[in-house]
Amino acid sequence: MLAFIAKRFLLLIVVLLGVTMMTFLLINIAPGDPAEMIAIARYGLENITADEIEQIRQSEGLDDPLIIQYFCWLGHVLKGDFGRSLITGDPILKEISARFPATMILAFISLIISLLISIPAGIISAVKQNSCIDYLTRTGAMLGTSIPNFWLGLLLILFFSVTLGWLPVFGYGEVRHIILPSITLGTGLAAIITRLTRSSMLEVLNQDYIITARSKGLYEKCVILHHALKNALIPIITIIGMQLGHLLEGTVIVESIFAWPGIGKLLVDSIFARDFAMVQACVLLFAILFVIINLVIDILYMFIDPRIHYKKEG
Amino acid sequence: MTLFKNKLALIGLVIIVIIAIGAVFAPLIAPNNPNEQILEQALKHPSIEYPFGTDEFGRCIFSRVLYGSRISLQIGVTITFISSVIGITLGLISGFYGGVIDEIIMRIVDIFLAFPGLILALVVAGLLGPGRLNVIIALSLVGWMGYARVVRGVVLSEKEKEFVENARSLGASDLYIIYHHMLPNVINPVIIMASIGVGYAILSAAGLSFLGIGVQPPTPEWGSMLSSGKVYIQTSPHLTIFPGIAIMITVLAFNFLGDGLRDYLDPRSNIQKIE
Repeated sequence: MLAFIAKRFLLLIVVLLGVTMMTFLLINIAPGDPAEMIAIARYGLENITADEIEQIRQSEGLDDPLIIQYFCWLGHVLKGDFGRSLITGDPILKEISARFPATMILAFISLIISLLISIPAGIISAVKQNSCIDYLTRTGAMLGTSIPNFWLGLLLILFFSVTLGWLPVFGYGEVRHIILPSITLGTGLAAIITRLTRSSMLEVLNQDYIITARSKGLYEKCVILHHALKNALIPIITIIGMQLGHLLEGTVIVESIFAWPGIGKLLVDSIFARDFAMVQACVLLFAILFVIINLVIDILYMFIDPRIHYKKEG
Repeated sequence: MTLFKNKLALIGLVIIVIIAIGAVFAPLIAPNNPNEQILEQALKHPSIEYPFGTDEFGRCIFSRVLYGSRISLQIGVTITFISSVIGITLGLISGFYGGVIDEIIMRIVDIFLAFPGLILALVVAGLLGPGRLNVIIALSLVGWMGYARVVRGVVLSEKEKEFVENARSLGASDLYIIYHHMLPNVINPVIIMASIGVGYAILSAAGLSFLGIGVQPPTPEWGSMLSSGKVYIQTSPHLTIFPGIAIMITVLAFNFLGDGLRDYLDPRSNIQKIE
């Protein structure tokens, strides 16, 4: 098991190197002269002179070969120095750490909401297979996977904010502010988990040991929750792990709709402001989170499912 | 069960055909010019003349939604085509040749998969600048890994079979074996993935346009229509309702088709949805 974890960490380093390289390249393949763009961002289009552009080129080391620039940048990043925003001049790390909690809270609440809806819905749907509730749940789940989250957000605003006037359209800091954003973000995930819970419960419910448990005269509730759900949980946890990353990526759109002050909104705003340094840092942060989540999930499997052995797998 | 699913596939297919007909014959069906601005008619609610109402410039929303299907289908199909060709090619090479080549390609796949796809696409499209072509480039760049992995898996199991050895002993070249023995086996899983992939590409492209990174107004694109309509949500919700329905129905249709095809072509498969 240790060998697996060691190998996984080695792979992690390769992937992270690749990720930083790609993030770095992304910014450098963007059309335009970086020195000129930094100058425009700092001083405005009218106020720049050729001298200033040249000066920036010198001070930022933009004349060096890309590979030197990359390692220079990487060295700073490893020390936790992401540089300064091209627009405000503030340290990027400060801005990102100020925004990070908002995104995490949103993602966490969305995850909780979607689990609270989907697991019970999936179980009921499987237990009462082909009933009215089952069809309703399946239709709902189908719609949930196809509805664009940006449209769902607008519909929720239309219904709960405009028509009923119950919840604010945007804002941050109170419980009522997070309700609409987290429902918007959690719906897609809830739909996917519902479908999977249903299908894996159906599979488990047909197994011999369930029939045995029933024939022993155990209460139906006990059979379903203790014997069936426990075994159906492994694929469910797998899919949750796979979808967590997508939940993070959904924050970009949801935060933009509800003006939620997180990393996702920061990323979109920075793209519009052409604040490349900030974009770079946000992308890197998302990618690192993504990689870490995947690693944690992989390692978790070993504890959840003792049948999994990672000998051949690399 | 299978019948129910296949019925869904049929429904999906019918909806897709209807949308495609609407897209092709948009100039004949559309009651109004989608780009004609009649400011006196701005923000009108649905009526006989304007079935879905008009937007803030007095343009017919029904005609714009109709023309929007052209853009969405075009973008969705192109992205899926490009990413599946990239994925199939790399997957075939990786699985067939194995060794160092396989290792390199699979690590590249890992690196791409380490990025949340939509965010990578967002940044690429954002940096390249607005426009249809840049959306296609950005989303193709993040969509090929699933195909590569699945195709590689199929090839790995196929190439151990006896007929490959037989073909080789008859003097068949690598290219011949790949083309005649490997490719036919990957067609089914690729079709299933591509069907769901088109829906997902349409959804993502609309998402980018909604954020303002992607297809720009005045082009009638569903995502950007939603984006410009959201300002008027209090007084004229029809601006945001109809383009959204169009996106959802289209994506739903491709999901139906993909799910149905999965059961029909490959009942025992466990290909995950590539979303």
